[in-house]
Amino acid sequence: MSQLHHLSRQDIKALTEARLTFGPRGRAMDTSTSLQFSLDHARAREAVLSELDVPRIQKALKAAGLDSQTVTSAAGTRDIFIRRPDLGRLLPEATAETLHNESPLDVALLLADGLSAIAAALNGPAFVTALSKRLLARGLTIGKIVCARQARVAIGDRVAQALGAETVVVALGERPGLSAADSLGVYITHRPKATTQDSARNCISNIREAGTNVVDAAEQAEQLIVAMRETGLSGVELSMARAENTLTSQSD
Amino acid sequence: MLAGLAADGPIERLAAQHCLADVPLRAFLDDILEVEGDAVTELIAEQHDRDAFAPIASLTVGAFRDWLLDPSTDGRALAELAWGVTPEMVAAVSKIMRSQDLITVSAKIEVVTRFRSTIGLSGHLSTRNQPNHPTDDSRGIALSALDGLLMGAGDAVIGVNPATDSLSDYIRICEVLEAIRTQLNIPTQHCCLGHVSTALAAMERAAPVDLVFQSVAGSEKANNGFGVSLSLLDEAHDAVKALGRAPQGANLMYFETGQGAALSSDAHHGMDQQTMEARAYAVARRYRPLLVNTVVGFIGPEYLADGKQIIRAGLEDHFCGKLMGLPMGVDVCYTNHSYADQEDMDILLTVLASAGVNFVITVPGADDIMLNYQSLSYHDAQYIRDTLGRPPAPEFMSWMEANGIGTPGVTLPTLDNALANLQIPLA
Repeated sequence: MSQLHHLSRQDIKALTEARLTFGPRGRAMDTSTSLQFSLDHARAREAVLSELDVPRIQKALKAAGLDSQTVTSAAGTRDIFIRRPDLGRLLPEATAETLHNESPLDVALLLADGLSAIAAALNGPAFVTALSKRLLARGLTIGKIVCARQARVAIGDRVAQALGAETVVVALGERPGLSAADSLGVYITHRPKATTQDSARNCISNIREAGTNVVDAAEQAEQLIVAMRETGLSGVELSMARAENTLTSQSD
Repeated sequence: MLAGLAADGPIERLAAQHCLADVPLRAFLDDILEVEGDAVTELIAEQHDRDAFAPIASLTVGAFRDWLLDPSTDGRALAELAWGVTPEMVAAVSKIMRSQDLITVSAKIEVVTRFRSTIGLSGHLSTRNQPNHPTDDSRGIALSALDGLLMGAGDAVIGVNPATDSLSDYIRICEVLEAIRTQLNIPTQHCCLGHVSTALAAMERAAPVDLVFQSVAGSEKANNGFGVSLSLLDEAHDAVKALGRAPQGANLMYFETGQGAALSSDAHHGMDQQTMEARAYAVARRYRPLLVNTVVGFIGPEYLADGKQIIRAGLEDHFCGKLMGLPMGVDVCYTNHSYADQEDMDILLTVLASAGVNFVITVPGADDIMLNYQSLSYHDAQYIRDTLGRPPAPEFMSWMEANGIGTPGVTLPTLDNALANLQIPLA
């Protein structure tokens, strides 16, 4: 049971990010609160509508010694992408043909805009670089990084098929909240197919400066990939298998 | 459009409306039998009351619209019709009605439900106080709930969407809300909006469960996607009734609809979004719920692209629910990837209040920090109460007056001394 003393506004803000009212009640939101809300929404909208800065990302990847190539989903433009998420999951056939690899890959890595190209640009290259180093150190083949425009998670399944990759990692911008537009989400799928369900993916979310940091996220992703290659499973099935393993090792 | 049923332009849409207006209502009674092996379809057929249907049995969809709008069709006639209409009829007529038609008819229908407060009385507007927190922190939940109570929000329910579906968190959230309700002696009810199976497990462990919540959809397959069936809902309804926490005859369930689950899980059987939504209401009304709301703007721009579409859908959902006899509320809301903003929510709130919506959802500063979308603020509820003269439930209003809420002499704890005053379980 709680026995807490008087809380300062700072104490309260440490407990919750909720937009509580500290001033007078019984009237409309005051001007500064109202304008701040509109500004936060405008920032979120800007992040949603932003385009992936491919040259900047490719330059950052190149500096880390990583080659990259770019694809655009069947959605084509930002507006179509937002209204037609189904098209954002598809890779045009002509694009798929350009992706063919000489030999199959262990892991395909995608960096996509998703619902915040700003998040992809801010946190994407660092995550992809950190994960690539870990995978290469394990002797896994990853091929070129694929930058994907107007893309949802499932486009990774098509890219992986075109590249003959056994596992696919899609890092993309999450839907911006009112307080944060820089969150990167990572989805990992083993042996993806066109019919893969979301329940077959493992996810690491809220990757940003004030959330899960890039280094931790890359480590978690590496562990997931290793576990997938060992068990041949991903998503809910993998989580269940891992939970069982944990229980087994605890009882040992 | 996602269902592949969209018109190919304004003229084609109007041609479709003309055709629809000429369809006899009787045709929908044959139509509902087209989906084989679907429990919701069977439920709809089973619910249909031929005597209640009699006054409109000879009408077409277009004539039905005229009948609804006729001033001699009063609230009583519409209440008596509730079990005579099927979801398909209701969705069909909504498609040939303008916004003002939807408002006119909805405003005639009074659907009153009761637990510790009386919700839905004509001329009143209730609110759900939604103190969500991203980690389900007890103190965070309590602070947000109190923030709303200090502005008179929460007479419909104080309801938390949990961040996890763990049983221990579900029980703790119920205990936090129960502590707030009993210590401040609030004539309202609370709800943790976890999965119905979690609610059942919590009730087995004697958790203080006022209302059982579940998201429902308009086909068996879509409900399977939510992990629910009619028999599971029946079981939960029996269990919450057996707790005996509410006065005899009270309404004990809370449902949400409007997620577009049927289409996104490809469980719509070729039917359009609005028909699937109204079919979810058939599921809801089986349980005489205290509260039902559509989460209309949460669905995303692939269904409702902009403010105008969200406003229209909010009015349609409210109308369809009311006509089927449900205590209909609306989550007036939008996500950040929709072409909508708070201006659109102001308009939707205002038109829904005119239409007599039973309740709306309110959160601190209109920002839901757990679900990452924008709903109404506690201030927005105050705006509509003051502007249109829509007080909350009578019991709750008396409680507000007794506690000086809205006056300098307020006797509730303030945010800075709340956690010293309230005894809540922390973990």
